[in-house]
Amino acid sequence: MALDRWIALVLLGICLTYGYAAWFTMDGSLPPFMQRNPIWPSTFPKVLSILGIIACTIILLGFEKSEIKEADIDYRRLGEYHLGQAISLLVLMVVYALCLRPVGFLIATSGFLIIGSYILGERKWHIMVPVALIATGSVWYLVQEVLGIYMRPLPGIFGG
Amino acid sequence: MLEGLLIGLQTAFSLQNLLMVIAGCLIGTFIGMLPGLGPMSIIAIMIPVAISMGDPSAALILLAGVYYGAIFGGSTSSILLNAPGVAGTVASSFDGYPMARQGKAGKALTIAAIASFAGGTIGAILLMVFAPALSSVALLFHSAEYFALMVVGLSAIAAFAGSGQVAKALIMTILGLIMATVGEGALFNLPRFTMGIMDLQSGFGFITLAMAMFALPEALFLVLKPKNLQGDDGEIKDLRITKDEAKAIAPVIGRQSTQGFFIGVLPGAGATIASFLGYAVERNIAPKKEQEEFGKGSIKGLAAPEAANNAACTGSFVPLLTLGIPGSGTTAILLGALIALNVTPGPRLMIDEPQIFWAVIMSMFIGNLVLLILNLPLIPYIAKVLAVPRNYLIPFILFFTLMGAYIGQNNATELLILVGFGVCATALKFADYPLAPLLIGFILGGMMEDNFARSMQLYDGIGFIWERPMTLALLVIAVLLVLLPSYRARRARARAAGIADGD
Repeated sequence: MALDRWIALVLLGICLTYGYAAWFTMDGSLPPFMQRNPIWPSTFPKVLSILGIIACTIILLGFEKSEIKEADIDYRRLGEYHLGQAISLLVLMVVYALCLRPVGFLIATSGFLIIGSYILGERKWHIMVPVALIATGSVWYLVQEVLGIYMRPLPGIFGG
Repeated sequence: MLEGLLIGLQTAFSLQNLLMVIAGCLIGTFIGMLPGLGPMSIIAIMIPVAISMGDPSAALILLAGVYYGAIFGGSTSSILLNAPGVAGTVASSFDGYPMARQGKAGKALTIAAIASFAGGTIGAILLMVFAPALSSVALLFHSAEYFALMVVGLSAIAAFAGSGQVAKALIMTILGLIMATVGEGALFNLPRFTMGIMDLQSGFGFITLAMAMFALPEALFLVLKPKNLQGDDGEIKDLRITKDEAKAIAPVIGRQSTQGFFIGVLPGAGATIASFLGYAVERNIAPKKEQEEFGKGSIKGLAAPEAANNAACTGSFVPLLTLGIPGSGTTAILLGALIALNVTPGPRLMIDEPQIFWAVIMSMFIGNLVLLILNLPLIPYIAKVLAVPRNYLIPFILFFTLMGAYIGQNNATELLILVGFGVCATALKFADYPLAPLLIGFILGGMMEDNFARSMQLYDGIGFIWERPMTLALLVIAVLLVLLPSYRARRARARAAGIADGD
């Protein structure tokens, strides 16, 4: 079974769960005054779940023939690409998300930019570090000072 | 009207107001390039500055300049990085980004600048001529028609985005609509489908989703399979558009400026719907050969949404200035600024304070001209962004996607959602599912449900569909749009096989 049909199966599962929530669990907690309304919070989701299930089934059962196109990246040969780099960057993004608050914007961001280009194979530290620091500093200045959106610059213990 | 024009010219051409337009356009363009800050947030940030000036026409001129600048700045990031920061420029990335990938970044930006200029200028002319008459038409549009109009927009996108795979595009649209129902709706004040997670109470963020659907998979693809961003010889070439190309996009710009303006006039529709519908319409009426080009770097596909969204921005001033009804989030903020400056927009504005009304219209012309003059010489430098080495560019793209999601919400959970959806979107991209319909469904979903609910309440049931002929007509068009391509494909296959093989 091709990937697009596996995905259709997953989406069918999502639609069924969503539909179950909409049809069977939502209406019970509806306050009495709302029950006299012609539209309930669950009305629109109910319609959507049915449409979604129909569309998933069409793909899953292959009613619509699709010609196989030469894709940009063939997922069957994923190992031949720079998979390691991509996964490390994703992990780095998650780490950045978790660190942004506790470590502060300046350290987290310059770290992210330096490690990001390191993962991609850059080794010229004398360019990498200044570029990251200048970029971090100017973005922080723009967002915090010019636009007035608060971002904690330093770790909490330094009173940032 | 002539007298009004002269008053407007007099006000708008004072040195102070000219400086305001230029400053507004510059600020808007540069901040608009940062994904995550759309026109709405930039205008909100500029309001204290505008109010402290004290002169309502100058303030409104400054804010209108910021508005145009932000829309243009937003299109640069969707063209160069496939990271649309504003809902209205999502459609520009469909063809703008492929063009940039083919080394035609300069040309793409030039077309965007010219189309925006033409859209804005034609919109301003239409505003001048039709503003008084249009305000009454806009009131005829009922929530039932809005609902139907959005259904038409969604099915048009689903029908044309899937390139023969309507079911895939359809399921993506539905998925987008499903995601729009997460969180607290305006009409019900009940959290839905949040699974008890507090961070989902306000629903998914639009920017988070836009970044996850477009920018992140694109960046991951660049990591997985390195390729040269600037075409074969590494030069940014083709800055100028040829005569043939100009001839090809001129009618597109003309049509889409007009259509975009009239869609922009309808309160609630605005630049987003205008750009999507403009793209879909142009794709549909293009000759068969050019239709294949759409989505792969068609100049028409870039010019259409750019012209339409600028014209719609101008159009959205009609209900604001003539009725005092803000048609979009941005004009709502402008309304707030106007009231703070002791100007009450409404039918009396044109009579009581004509200098404000006409000065704003004249400043639209000047603003568009200034944008064009400022941006055309800057384009080679803006396009140089792509000449940054890959090892630096990719971390920066990732950083800006993260930042865009973070600034809007100030919430680190948003970043985790972004990465999660980004991975899902990459998998969907592998399997050749179109991602644009999902985002469009998500953007329109909230508005669509609100309008649906409102018409259900007004008509006490589903009856509005057959009681309002215009709604019914629009819905029939929507159904036809979905069914037609698959019917056509089926017939073409049957003909190719000689007989229908009954699959």
